Amino acid sequence: MKKFISLICVTMLIVGIITGCGNNDTSATVSTDGSTSMEKVIGYLSEAYMEKNPNVKVTYNPTGSGSGIQAVIDGRCDIGLSSRDLTEEEKANLKETVIAIDGIAIIVNPENPVKNLSVEQIGEIYRGEITNWKDIGGNDTPIVCIGREAASGTRDGFEAITDTKDKCKYNQELTSTGDVVQTVAGNPNAIGYASLASVKDNVKILTVDNVEPTTHTIQEGSYKIQRNFVLVTKSNSPLSEAAQAFYNFATSDDADDFIINSGEIPIKR
Amino acid sequence: MKILETAITNKLGKTTKQAKPVNMLEMIMNLIFTVCGLIAVVFVLLITAFLIVSGVPAIKEIGIIDFLTGDIWASTAETPLYGILPFIMTSVYGTLGAILIGVPIGLLCAVFLAEIAHKKIAGIVRSAVDLLAGIPSAVYGLIGMIIIVPAVREIFDLPDGANLFSAIIVLAIMILPSVISVSETAIKAVPKEYKEASLALGATKTETVFKVIVPAAKSGILTAVVLGIGRAIGEAMAVMMVAGNVANMPGLFKSVRFLTTAVASEMSYSSGLQREALFSIALVLFVFIMIINLVLNLIVKRNKR
Repeated sequence: MKKFISLICVTMLIVGIITGCGNNDTSATVSTDGSTSMEKVIGYLSEAYMEKNPNVKVTYNPTGSGSGIQAVIDGRCDIGLSSRDLTEEEKANLKETVIAIDGIAIIVNPENPVKNLSVEQIGEIYRGEITNWKDIGGNDTPIVCIGREAASGTRDGFEAITDTKDKCKYNQELTSTGDVVQTVAGNPNAIGYASLASVKDNVKILTVDNVEPTTHTIQEGSYKIQRNFVLVTKSNSPLSEAAQAFYNFATSDDADDFIINSGEIPIKR
Repeated sequence: MKILETAITNKLGKTTKQAKPVNMLEMIMNLIFTVCGLIAVVFVLLITAFLIVSGVPAIKEIGIIDFLTGDIWASTAETPLYGILPFIMTSVYGTLGAILIGVPIGLLCAVFLAEIAHKKIAGIVRSAVDLLAGIPSAVYGLIGMIIIVPAVREIFDLPDGANLFSAIIVLAIMILPSVISVSETAIKAVPKEYKEASLALGATKTETVFKVIVPAAKSGILTAVVLGIGRAIGEAMAVMMVAGNVANMPGLFKSVRFLTTAVASEMSYSSGLQREALFSIALVLFVFIMIINLVLNLIVKRNKR
């Protein structure tokens, strides 16, 4: 008898599991495609949007900015995601809308006396042209360049701005922002870069060209190591209804909180 | 499937011959046991097939010679280069280094446990070793990153401590548990008479250990070494956190990237040929592991004879 009862219980549980799935009918899909750096922003935005509109599904395909732009041109997705501005050529058929700004902080160990570097100096350090802190006003110790792995969006942005693409002489390539901050905090010779929002106070943030990275300086553009996160759409054909609604949400004030939560800086409207 | 069916029919045939009532539960359980027994085999075959199917195309496209002997890895450059010699050499050197440091310590620890230590003390040491085996590799990595890397930088007066040497230290600690427990078993399996005879002939304890017991336990200890190699070459998480991960040709105090970390660090964002090449690296790693297992099997077989 006991066995019989437990068998019934198990059967009911299994039935429950099976019926529990597959009840999420979605009536519309908005597909986004592009920049891997925008994963967090678009993740926060789509999650918030889908919570409010449970019958809409927002998808994200992390392929890279170039592929995302191409996908919009080919009509393979509704909205393209790009972590660089469009070129004049691309603007002929496409429209760009900046939704957020990514500020990349340059960090050193708190023991390091250096307070400020220029964008050129940062490029020279990472290209291996300056190898000792004394050349830029620090102690007589070698510079240890900490960076991210080859496929990282932060690395891509940093190298594009400082003109160090494929030329960096890294001492360490780490796979997360947290690792970079931890390593710089533990090595007085180290310099690293990380998204501004992820930097904690166990490292020192340098000013770049004497501008401190803050929400304000990044929004007005005086802090140089930053890049735009852009939504790319076709300029001549309208979006689908669902895609337009998501686009409106992502570019409205309502989106600002989610953008801040994702670690980026919303634009000034 | 055929094997399965025959297994079931065999079972059925037996029960009817013995003229017992057909026990449904027994039959179903039999089926479940058989399926579970086959699952492991199925997974090994699936993984092997998957790795070959997804790893071979990139090797073909890059060229096997360029892939295996190229010494520059620049997967995201304008003109990408996919040479994995730095990773292979790093994995080989790193594993060798870990064995050079870990095996002597592990072996002596095993001798201590089996021959020298008082029972109570041996119990404590043994549970510490077991605990060491249970620590997750991310924890090893974290401790390596926070303690070993800065310590290596200070002691050797280097600009940066994340290098092959730090990775070797971490790996050496990580292989200790398997080396210790397997060699201890091997040493304990040596017949008591060997030891007694040696001592009776006037040899000291140390002479007995190194000239009688260790040679007699040779193949068991060799098994321990091979197991250690397997563990060290397959480790990813811990070395990722201490080795620096730059695709340099290995040097003791250079930042290096292992085969495992080469796959792990780029997988999440990769695309196209880069992704396929990562599968190819995994295939190379898999071949290494297969060879190690083969060697292990040979040793165990010879051991039995």
